[in-house]
Amino acid sequence: MLDALLEFLKSSLFVGAIAQGLCYAAVGVGVYITFRNLSFPDLTIDGTLPLGAGIAAMLILNAKWSPWLTLPVALLGGAAAGATTGLLTTKLKINGLLAGILVSVALFSINLHVMGGRSNLPLLGIDTIFSPLDSLIRKNSDLPASDIEASLVFLAIIALIVSVVNYFLHTEVGLALRATGDNEQMIRAQGVDTDTLKIIGLAISNGFVALCGAMLAQYLGFADTGLGVGLIVAGLASVIIGEILFKPNSTRAALIALVLGSIVYRIAIALALRLDFDLGALHFKLDPLDLKLATAVLVIIALSSQHLNFSRMRRG
Amino acid sequence: MISVEHLSKIFNAGSVNEVVALRDVSLTLGDGEFVTVIGSNGAGKSSLLNCIAGVHAIERGRIRIDGQDVTRAAEHRRARLIGRVFQNPLEGTAASMNVAQNLALAYLRGKPHRLTPGVTRERREFFREQLRTLGMGLEDRLDARVRLLSGGQRQALTLLMATIAQPRILLLDEHTAALDPGAAAQIVELTNRLVREHHLTTLMITHNMAQALALGNRTLMMDKGEIILDIQGAARNGLSVQDLVNKFAQVRKEVIVDDELLLSEALSKTTTQSRLEEKR
Repeated sequence: MLDALLEFLKSSLFVGAIAQGLCYAAVGVGVYITFRNLSFPDLTIDGTLPLGAGIAAMLILNAKWSPWLTLPVALLGGAAAGATTGLLTTKLKINGLLAGILVSVALFSINLHVMGGRSNLPLLGIDTIFSPLDSLIRKNSDLPASDIEASLVFLAIIALIVSVVNYFLHTEVGLALRATGDNEQMIRAQGVDTDTLKIIGLAISNGFVALCGAMLAQYLGFADTGLGVGLIVAGLASVIIGEILFKPNSTRAALIALVLGSIVYRIAIALALRLDFDLGALHFKLDPLDLKLATAVLVIIALSSQHLNFSRMRRG
Repeated sequence: MISVEHLSKIFNAGSVNEVVALRDVSLTLGDGEFVTVIGSNGAGKSSLLNCIAGVHAIERGRIRIDGQDVTRAAEHRRARLIGRVFQNPLEGTAASMNVAQNLALAYLRGKPHRLTPGVTRERREFFREQLRTLGMGLEDRLDARVRLLSGGQRQALTLLMATIAQPRILLLDEHTAALDPGAAAQIVELTNRLVREHHLTTLMITHNMAQALALGNRTLMMDKGEIILDIQGAARNGLSVQDLVNKFAQVRKEVIVDDELLLSEALSKTTTQSRLEEKR
């Protein structure tokens, strides 16, 4: 068991989990904005992640764009999708959960169009956002170079996102956005148009999710329309794991905690898939088929335990 | 300052649950007037305030505040002119945000929100000064989450938030009913002081007849969506709760059935509290 753990720490799986955790942390930031600050469980993100991936893949493959330039374009695409959900729920008064589902279903078709009618686009042998680090890292390491490169690039990007979001949530607009999720009656009495703030919050959140999609496609080496299935669960998991492990008491701490929570979540998945618990009579090995079931159960336990024991602990 | 003409408000119009909340209500409040409003449950007091504030769209009528026609203006558009305090101390503040952040949002009322920090050093100093005038020890708790404050402290903060951006009118909806007697007395005193300092035209709902007569300079009694009594000036001086009850009987040709309205301040306090719990 211990040997297996040590072997895991040295394996490419471990570095890969860190890279994935840092990449998906952008989704965690998006979920933090909508779920924790707007009190809006947004399902649009299931569709915006593959949207970002598709945009990046098509721009790199067909338009021969620089891989870095695909990121802001993906961000804008995701923001447009998020704003659409916002418009549906505020102006057309469609239930928030349903509005998110509607847009993510519509995005399924849109994503196929973006990807030229194919559901999967391989991105191999091309320049990516990680290529500039090739010469630096490949020679000096035993570990899988691509994962280390990706971790460094993701770390830089997520650090930037966390700083920007932390600044934003303390601005005049950001405070009004947080109050919209906390007490809508109060903030309307303070003369704030809560509809606009919900639209802004959803746009920002989905922008980061699509940005994550664009990075993910370059990391995985493909874009796929199925990338976002159940993404809300992963996003929630990173936010909640961060809260439970680090008990953040400020916005900045909550953002850093969710990045770490995202890494812990990916490592836990990698471990669960690899480890073989053999305790005599009790033999446990997680079948990859049961992975989504296991994550759903994990989030249910985390959400309910939070309701029971952590009700006093929230954002700041 | 406030002029309401032929205001009608019907909830669930056309359905079996149709409720006429306001029937052709007309009312004019002069600059700086402090008006208390009494009436039993369902008399239309809160509906009147909510229609003026823009929470409810109205069926018929016209509303002007400070000369501006706000009849069709969205709630957030007319909020610049209006300060509001609600009955439930939890409703006026954002619990998960700190005192300074709540005050910053109130301070920005009616101004465009920008992408610059909401709580600056100068604003903190200004908020600290303002909080000191409340005399509730809040000036040292700028960074405390509002959820940690007592009901009285939260309501005092809400009052400050309602007045800090210098609105033209102040709407108070039974804002002392959910507090314990000590805190309620403090909030009443604070209300009086802020209204006088800012020369605010004020409409205050209360469930307590004695309080209605003790505060302000004019008292309205509402019943079944109408204003049935409007007492001011010499007629109001020295008026007792019993006089008010008699006047109601004269106008309505019936006896007041809502015991609550008749009870003394202390008793009325406990009933309003249990009423609040029922509402939750």
